[in-house]
Amino acid sequence: MIPELGHFALILALGLALIQAVFPLVGSFTRNQAWMAMARPLAWGQFTFLAVSFACLLQAFLTDDFSVVYVATNSNSLLPTMYKVSALWGAHEGSLLLWALLLGAWGAAVASFSSNLPSQVVARVLSVMGMISIGFLLFMLLTSNPFERLFPAALEGRDLNPLLQDPGLAIHPPMLYMGYVGFSVAFSFAIAALMGGRLDAAWARWSRPWTTVAWVFLTIGIALGSWWAYYELGWGGWWFWDPVENASFMPWLAGTALIHSLAVTEKRGAFKSWTVLLALFAFSLSLLGTFLVRSGVLTSVHAFATDPARGAFILVFLCIVIGGSLALYAWRAPGVSGGGRFDLLSRETFLLTNNLLLTLLAALILLGTLAPLIYEAMGWGKISVGFPWFNKMFVAITPFLALFMGIGPMTRWKHDEPERLVRELWIALALAGAAAAGAVAFMPLTSGGWFYVPLGIGLAVWLLISHLKGVAERLKHKKGFTAFVSDLAGNGRSYYGMVLAHLGVAMFIVGATMVSNFGLEKDVRMSLGDEQEAASYRFRFLGVEDHQGPNYRAARGHFLVFEGDKQIAELWPEKRTYFTSAKPMTEASIDWGFTRDLYVSLGEPVGGGDWALRIYYKPYVRWIWLGGVLMALGGILAITDRRYRTAPKAAKLPAGAAIARG
Amino acid sequence: MKARQKRLAFVAAGIVGVGIAAMLAISALRSNIAYYFSPSQVMANEAPANAVYRLGGLVVKDTLKRNPDGLTVTFDVTDMAKTVKVSYTGILPDLFGEGQGVVTKGRMGPDGVFMAEEVLAKHDETYMPPEVADSLKTAHAESMTEAAAGQGAGGAAGR
Repeated sequence: MIPELGHFALILALGLALIQAVFPLVGSFTRNQAWMAMARPLAWGQFTFLAVSFACLLQAFLTDDFSVVYVATNSNSLLPTMYKVSALWGAHEGSLLLWALLLGAWGAAVASFSSNLPSQVVARVLSVMGMISIGFLLFMLLTSNPFERLFPAALEGRDLNPLLQDPGLAIHPPMLYMGYVGFSVAFSFAIAALMGGRLDAAWARWSRPWTTVAWVFLTIGIALGSWWAYYELGWGGWWFWDPVENASFMPWLAGTALIHSLAVTEKRGAFKSWTVLLALFAFSLSLLGTFLVRSGVLTSVHAFATDPARGAFILVFLCIVIGGSLALYAWRAPGVSGGGRFDLLSRETFLLTNNLLLTLLAALILLGTLAPLIYEAMGWGKISVGFPWFNKMFVAITPFLALFMGIGPMTRWKHDEPERLVRELWIALALAGAAAAGAVAFMPLTSGGWFYVPLGIGLAVWLLISHLKGVAERLKHKKGFTAFVSDLAGNGRSYYGMVLAHLGVAMFIVGATMVSNFGLEKDVRMSLGDEQEAASYRFRFLGVEDHQGPNYRAARGHFLVFEGDKQIAELWPEKRTYFTSAKPMTEASIDWGFTRDLYVSLGEPVGGGDWALRIYYKPYVRWIWLGGVLMALGGILAITDRRYRTAPKAAKLPAGAAIARG
Repeated sequence: MKARQKRLAFVAAGIVGVGIAAMLAISALRSNIAYYFSPSQVMANEAPANAVYRLGGLVVKDTLKRNPDGLTVTFDVTDMAKTVKVSYTGILPDLFGEGQGVVTKGRMGPDGVFMAEEVLAKHDETYMPPEVADSLKTAHAESMTEAAAGQGAGGAAGR
């Protein structure tokens, strides 16, 4: 009964989405206030029904209702409760429901926090979001209903894929989806602005906090995914340029460009058309990502068994969204005025340059990701694009990004003098050069390392010093630490957020450079009592014993790690066999540290008590994800800036009030 | 220079830059792609002799052998029509198994054994790489026509 209720709630949500897509939009053109005012309560209503539907599916998971196909294929009565919850989005149907729910939540959030916007804008934005919702709800109801029944009911569920039984992966999809779906708000604002022909600083200011929030979620989602792959897949890599990873990275790049471009549009009124285009791209790339993951057209470590009807549906949906929005753009954008002028040496130029670099990188990754499809469609054969190509492209472009990232924030809007810039930045340049020269002294393990290590370290120092110099400059005419605190309490937050996020990039650069050029990976065969060395560490193998978990059995290895003569860690890597699955699962054991990780994962027994196993030494690998965390924190700090809290009263109204007012 | 000219110059520089980058990227792409071949294509000498490519199919049951004192394994990969022997040094992914689909990447050795540098892992055990599914289908279709022609090349493509 409950699953049917969930199904019914989903249909009702679709009904509301249809009304939300049509009436407020028509009302906004015919100036019918009543129709426009429908937008907010409809958005809330849609979210409520989606929440009911989500709760119904959750209930089915928690009560082990194996008469629902989706539950029976993705859960098991022995599964720990936490994973019964996360199993909900462990496969296709449920993750779509999560997508739809989050879209509804974003819609409700726009409805609640938009009282300072003209009703016409709110009506159009919510109506565009309603259209997106229609697409997803139709997709779910027509091709992937999570509430479908199984008759007769299964006695036991097939279990959640053991790889997904992990706390990191339990929250990775919701974060990632919050980011993907969040770009729909920026997209809807852009479409609404195009419809009204009003692309101005106000539009940019409304869009900015929404875009930044979405970007923060996406950043956290990607960092979590990378971290998960690192420790769970058992081969110690943190990025594989897999199509699905690329699918999340492309919207991130477009979103990063969008955040910066919005800043220019808000502050200087320039780049309007470009900003709109980026908003359209960011969301289109999110949809493309969903298509790539769900259609199974590409060979990927994420690819799940798929259904061609689904791929076709999303492809059509994608064409409508991209084609429709670009058509609207082509029709409306030429009428947009040029906006503020600026000189060659100005902050605008640097922001534009980095925007182009980010877009170029996204375009290259798109090319590499789709190349196998293009080749196949043209009949040139079945190919895969190698990991080294993506690395090459990334390493060719990002140093320029980092270089300009140091200069941009120091440069004045509109016009600046080269002498002034040199005066401000020579010290950063000198220290970066010194750091690079110092880095040459360390012998990297990779062939290109003699070049990349000094480059990476130099760029990180460059970013650090130039941003510190910027902060010092900002506080020069104020007094000491109290000035900093009051600046932070006042209008300075978006500035410090920017600094924090850019320092996150510096941290990421250090991590990626160090682990790529100084990391050690060894595939070895070890017998009881054997020792292996990696960097300055000795790993002693003390054998393998049996171990019993809640829903698996494991062979558990025991290792002692020594540095010199001192034992510094004890590692227990496992090879698990889940009761419901015939396949073993590697569970690596990691001794983590701020400057290095020691990582052991079991391969397989090779006879006589010997094991094939992997030993890794990963210097500074944590800095990669910590950099992501800093970027996200920077984003969060930026959204709390006072500028976005104008009309704060409206934001504090309870949810019910928004409905009553609507 | 007037503002308009400046902007044009900027746009032109941007286009030229992007164009050069795209050309470099595409030429680099050519040297970094790996084509896919099925065992039948490899046996018919359609695969390049001296380049890295991908070979996929099903791992034949009871052919996985481990070199007794090292990390090298060998196994046979088939598309139900032809079979190729593959050798790999290292740790196999968890989801590798006899009777299951696999994609390997490497080059053909002089002794006719495919030397794999990479064995592709999957998150999902019911998943079949699309290339493998295709090559099984093709091989199946061919064996059916052969059977129809009275040559009796049996072997249904089990999936």
